[in-house]
Amino acid sequence: METSMWRALLYLVGIMAFAGVNAAWLGWCERKGAARIQRRIGPCEAGFAGLMQPLADGLKLMSKQLLVPQGVDGIIFRVAPVLAMIPAITSMAVIPFSENIGARAMELSVLLLFALASIGMIAILLGGWASGNKYAIISAARGVSQNLAYEIPMLLTVITVVLISGSMNLREIALTQQGGFWHWNIFRLENGHFLTMWISFIIFFICSVAETNRAPFDMAEAESELVAGFMTEYGSMGFGLFMMGEYLNIVVGACLTATLFLGGWDCPFGLTPGVWWFLIKIYILIFTFIWIRWTYPRTQIYRLLNLSWKILIPFSLANLLVTAALIKVF
Amino acid sequence: MTVPVHLRQDETFVLNLGPQHPATHGVLRVKLTMDGEYVVKAEPVLGYIHRMHEKMAEEGTFVQFFPNTARMDYLHALAFNHGWALVVEKAAGIEVPERAEYIRVITVELNRIASHLLWWAAFLLDLGGFTPLLYAFDDREKIIDLLERITGSRLTYSYMRFGGVYNDIDDEFIAGTRDFIKRLRGRMPRLYHDLVTHNIILIKRIKDIGLVSAEQCRRYGATGPVARGSGINYDIRKNEPYSVYPEFDFEVPVFNEGDSMARYMVRMHEMEQSMRIIEQALDKLPGGPVMGKAPKVLKPEAGYYYSAVETARGSLGHRLVCDGGKNPYKLKLRSPTFCNLSLFGEVAEGMLLADALAFMGSLDLVIPEIDR
Amino acid sequence: MLEKTLVALVELFPEPASAAAPAGEGTQEAPLREAGVVATGFAKHGSHLDVLCRPDQVVAVAQIMDREGYFLEAISGVDWLDMQQFEILYDYNRLGGEHCRVLVRTRVPRREPVVPTVSHVFPAADWHERETFDFYGVQFQDHPNLIRILLPEDADFHPLRKDFKP
Repeated sequence: METSMWRALLYLVGIMAFAGVNAAWLGWCERKGAARIQRRIGPCEAGFAGLMQPLADGLKLMSKQLLVPQGVDGIIFRVAPVLAMIPAITSMAVIPFSENIGARAMELSVLLLFALASIGMIAILLGGWASGNKYAIISAARGVSQNLAYEIPMLLTVITVVLISGSMNLREIALTQQGGFWHWNIFRLENGHFLTMWISFIIFFICSVAETNRAPFDMAEAESELVAGFMTEYGSMGFGLFMMGEYLNIVVGACLTATLFLGGWDCPFGLTPGVWWFLIKIYILIFTFIWIRWTYPRTQIYRLLNLSWKILIPFSLANLLVTAALIKVF
Repeated sequence: MTVPVHLRQDETFVLNLGPQHPATHGVLRVKLTMDGEYVVKAEPVLGYIHRMHEKMAEEGTFVQFFPNTARMDYLHALAFNHGWALVVEKAAGIEVPERAEYIRVITVELNRIASHLLWWAAFLLDLGGFTPLLYAFDDREKIIDLLERITGSRLTYSYMRFGGVYNDIDDEFIAGTRDFIKRLRGRMPRLYHDLVTHNIILIKRIKDIGLVSAEQCRRYGATGPVARGSGINYDIRKNEPYSVYPEFDFEVPVFNEGDSMARYMVRMHEMEQSMRIIEQALDKLPGGPVMGKAPKVLKPEAGYYYSAVETARGSLGHRLVCDGGKNPYKLKLRSPTFCNLSLFGEVAEGMLLADALAFMGSLDLVIPEIDR
Repeated sequence: MLEKTLVALVELFPEPASAAAPAGEGTQEAPLREAGVVATGFAKHGSHLDVLCRPDQVVAVAQIMDREGYFLEAISGVDWLDMQQFEILYDYNRLGGEHCRVLVRTRVPRREPVVPTVSHVFPAADWHERETFDFYGVQFQDHPNLIRILLPEDADFHPLRKDFKP
């Protein structure tokens, strides 16, 4: 009892620290990455190579006055940013960082993660509606229709992984992929699954970019059209929490991709599995998110939705059927 | 995707694309009546940067108007300089030496490339691609450095005078311009075309958006890349040549589709053609003075005068009425963007908001030029 | 093109006009010539034809120009304070084909400047006429939306008038 209580406390502090450090320093990564892609330097003044920049930004945001405009819905306006952060941090509880490092290995962790993602979507809607600003409402409506449309193919592809691994427990899924990259779900050489798994990976990756509202799918916060979208009326820590929530969602998305498709904490050649491989994988994926954002322009809202409803959903359904058939046959 | 929209009176709302907005390039206000995401009615409201340049022209002498010319379209200020110099030189009968004409053409074409680069950067920024801005500004910085050496300004040039230009160009400028053209030609295929022009997201975003027919262009008086993107082959440098443009061999790009993609391609090709003109001008540059004989106090003959030059945005006209005094009696600046923007109300009906903004970006608006 | 337009426009003016425009005409010094069409030197003046018409003929001229395929480039106003007249200048041009620029001028009394609108012929005139109204106070009859365009809506002055003191 005592050990488990200490353990729980340790995990609580550890996850909060991991989440906090990531949310803050991912901002630095993004700005440096963007700068290098744009042939600039990026933050270089605050601290060595600009590493203290997130601290400076955080301090600035915290010292600003939280302006609540007249005519907003008081409670919802204040609750929405908090609601955006909560699912992201809570999702960290079920992610297996390594064989023995993981706060909770729940039997239905996949289901939990998607339920929490939907709460994040509601936070955008509430933030946009409570602002009482026409731009914010348009942006929130776009955000909700986009998130809804992209959750469906995401879930369908995750079901294929669950079918292959035989469990919804993230730790179990990662355990079935141990022993070298040929066992990873993205390749999955046995039983003919290599035909379908890479399609699942691509669809899942596109959907995570869309779910986290990153360019080229950032309709909800399209800067040049809707000023700052649903975040227009938020200042100081309200804005800070939305941004941190977005970065944490990216981290959760990357962790999920790594666990479901890339073998979790496994080394590519099966030698020394451990938490550092997990971290390397998620940071490579996060760098890809950043790279994509700064290379492509934005799509239009109906093309975005067409991509999901008319292309990704039929493909993921077909994928699911083929996977199920292969499992039945072999 | 323009779809006729049923207007239900209680379902539309008015969205103010206000004077402060990241996508309106300057202080332009557009009152959009929206039905969800569709634009039902678009009404541009002008005048937020109106400074009454025409009255300033009447109050001062002819030569005192040169700084004003640069402040209107700050992106192609040298063309505005050129237009004003042309009309007054016509009225007063002032001769311009050949070297000055060549220098005028070289600097105006360099400025045209800079203007198109900035248009490209801002257009992509509107569409959500943040990176091309930095690539375009890298090249633009080289042009501005070159022009700063001889004119002294980076953006608002008052370089020309009646009878020529006030400062001669030197060998370093010529060598720098040749280097710049080589550099831009090297960067264009990969950085500009491979990365952006052939990007599937961009193509889907601007193809078939903002269709403007040739007849609409004629009725609204749209000129420049807007008209050339709709199939009208009209470029003042070819149809109504002025200065030494007849000496150069260049093409006028014309595309027939009339959508934003056509206007985009017109401007990209125009950049290449401008580089051709500059190269030929540098090769043929004669020696001689750069300033002709002009009286100290200019009093042109009374009458009605008009001159037109081709700026990056279209045909800029100066309608000058002189009464024999030392101030212009009346100057009307026919701003190309003013006429291009009058299309917006009719074409934007039924478009999605994002498409309307992409269309506005493809029109290449510079608001101080509209408001003068 | 020039001759074709000349012939089309001359129909509007039954009395013959003088052969060439005297220099400096229409200003304080020289008297106004009669209504009619004259050819002007393009190299000096920038337009091929100069048409002086009565205010009520403006729409007919615009319709002829539309029929011949011209486009309306600009509408400007001039304030001739000494003669107590406003002059409205219409610039027509051709987009492609043979090049021809036509200047159409009309004079209205300063106390009651009323000109019929051409915006139903050329929609470009909409904004140009609003600007002329804004700067001079010239009323354009039957204009769909004659409100100020560049100055604030509640301004009560017309700045380009020669007797305007800020």
